[in-house]
Amino acid sequence: MTTENSSNENSAENQEGAEMTTETASSSLANISQAHNLGKRAPGTHVMGSGLEARGVHAWFGKHHALSNVSLDFSAGTVTALIGPSGCGKSTFIRTLNRMHEFIPSAAMAGEVLLDGKDVYAAGTDVTKIRLQIGMVFQKPNPFPSMTIGENVLSGLKLAQLKVDNKDDLLEECLVRAGLWKEVKDRLGAHAGGLSGGQQQRLCIARSLAVKPKVLLMDEPCSALDPGSTLRIEDTINELASSMTIIIVTHNMQQAARVSDYTAFFLSEGGPGQMIEVAPTNEIFSRPRDKRTENYVSGRFG
Amino acid sequence: MSTTLETAPIPTPRALTTNPRTSDKIFRGVVTGFGMTALLILTLIGLFLSVRGIQTLHTQGFGFLTRYSWEVTQTDSGTTYNMGIGAMLLGTVMISIVALVVGVPLSIAMALFLTFYAPARIKTFLVSIVDLMAAFPSVLFGLWGFFVLMPMATYWAKLIFKYLHWIPAFNAPQYFFERSPFIAGLVLAIMIIPIVTSVAREVFAQTPLDRIQAAYALGSTKWGVIKAVVFPFGSSGVVGGAMLGLGRAFGETVAVYTVLNIVFKGNFHVLYGAGGNVASMIILKWGEATGDETTALLAAGFILFLLTLLVNLGANFIVRNTLKSGK
Repeated sequence: MTTENSSNENSAENQEGAEMTTETASSSLANISQAHNLGKRAPGTHVMGSGLEARGVHAWFGKHHALSNVSLDFSAGTVTALIGPSGCGKSTFIRTLNRMHEFIPSAAMAGEVLLDGKDVYAAGTDVTKIRLQIGMVFQKPNPFPSMTIGENVLSGLKLAQLKVDNKDDLLEECLVRAGLWKEVKDRLGAHAGGLSGGQQQRLCIARSLAVKPKVLLMDEPCSALDPGSTLRIEDTINELASSMTIIIVTHNMQQAARVSDYTAFFLSEGGPGQMIEVAPTNEIFSRPRDKRTENYVSGRFG
Repeated sequence: MSTTLETAPIPTPRALTTNPRTSDKIFRGVVTGFGMTALLILTLIGLFLSVRGIQTLHTQGFGFLTRYSWEVTQTDSGTTYNMGIGAMLLGTVMISIVALVVGVPLSIAMALFLTFYAPARIKTFLVSIVDLMAAFPSVLFGLWGFFVLMPMATYWAKLIFKYLHWIPAFNAPQYFFERSPFIAGLVLAIMIIPIVTSVAREVFAQTPLDRIQAAYALGSTKWGVIKAVVFPFGSSGVVGGAMLGLGRAFGETVAVYTVLNIVFKGNFHVLYGAGGNVASMIILKWGEATGDETTALLAAGFILFLLTLLVNLGANFIVRNTLKSGK
């Protein structure tokens, strides 16, 4: 992998990355009507973020075997979409990546998840540090209603007891990157509950950016939103992709095609969910290797 | 099309009527009747106390609330009364403050443990124990407080006095720390734990899961989640629970009567062994009271009734308001 030299590099490269993103974002906006808008980020061209690797991951809820033997490699700085019909284990899978899976009573898992080569399930690991590095955006926007917009964005710092030199700069940076700054800059002191659903979701994205994660997991982030807000969030994803590794679960195949470099197809055929196929997104949609993938992406079931 | 819409007359809403069956009507009547009983009984008690006590409030005036003395003097020309429940009101407030200051944090900690930390089996067991505490006869708390808690609490009181006597409330006119409002408050603290804990436990358990997960996903510790999500969500419920506890502390009779040295003297010193509360005073005086003194006790009861009503209405108000603004 040629991408690993990055995380300790200086901010000059950061800026370069940011400029590049603006370009890719605008070009992707131009192509947004084409569903198969691919190859925006060929592997290796982006150098931010961290690699994440799942090896032989199984998941159980009590005796119910929900996910079987998933091995997936997420290169640094790429966007991977997980698609598949409901109940195929996509959400369960990404929740094993940042150890949110274990919050469900009786949940169990097997296998390894390697963040920069280190197993996040290794004995003695501080789970809170793992979740700081692997952020998550949920299906339903869930800002903290008792906090203001500004407090919401910075809440992660407070929760993880991180110190930061200039809170105002960080606040603005996160909101800009999440594409929300213009809409809320005059009412940072207002309560978050007054925002629309799409704005709340972008606020949640800004909130997860504030703790500088290397990987961002998104569990159907647009499923509760209208098409306009969905497009805004896809822009945000495109913009973020240069600086972190993104894994997004989606039911919307057009969305997978629009935002991702790689797509993995999950399916449960009665038994536990499995990953059927993973490939660059254009291949999954144009010439899938597996018949079941082809049936799904061509809309024959699901 | 549009013209027909404009010309069409706007109908008035139709009355929605149903004709319930006789059995349904009877059932409804019975349930309504019983449902109103609680209100009826409460109103009747309030009326009874006010009617019987009003004479005292008339003759003793506003001083009934502020005077520290309770004197019945026999003279040749008849009996004169000089009565006030000021000392008792003061004691009620002091004991209740001690009970809340000690009992509410304990209850919150217990509720947090039961909701977020206790393993399932221990949880069920502990919840039933806490509920049992609520059903425990209060005289037993009083006896335990007198024989077991008091020796220890007296020692604590001496310690507090030694180091904090420069704070007026912790000073004492004499070196006498037994049977003090402090100790009565400690007993009451234990007695309000069940109600406060169970209310707090219920609101904590209702914290929306998505907010809890959001905090965890940001790399929060469990304590961080409790501070950032659970407390803001549950605060109004906890306040409501504390007010219910306060209601109990105001009205508690037997336990206070057992522990406290009831004296008609204005005592602001919480550690000093003198005090009283309205409810226990009524019990103390009831046996020997005759004539106007009985009426005075009923007047005191009426004041207690009003206080309790006020606290509970306040609790409702706070809970409803915070619920509206908070989430």
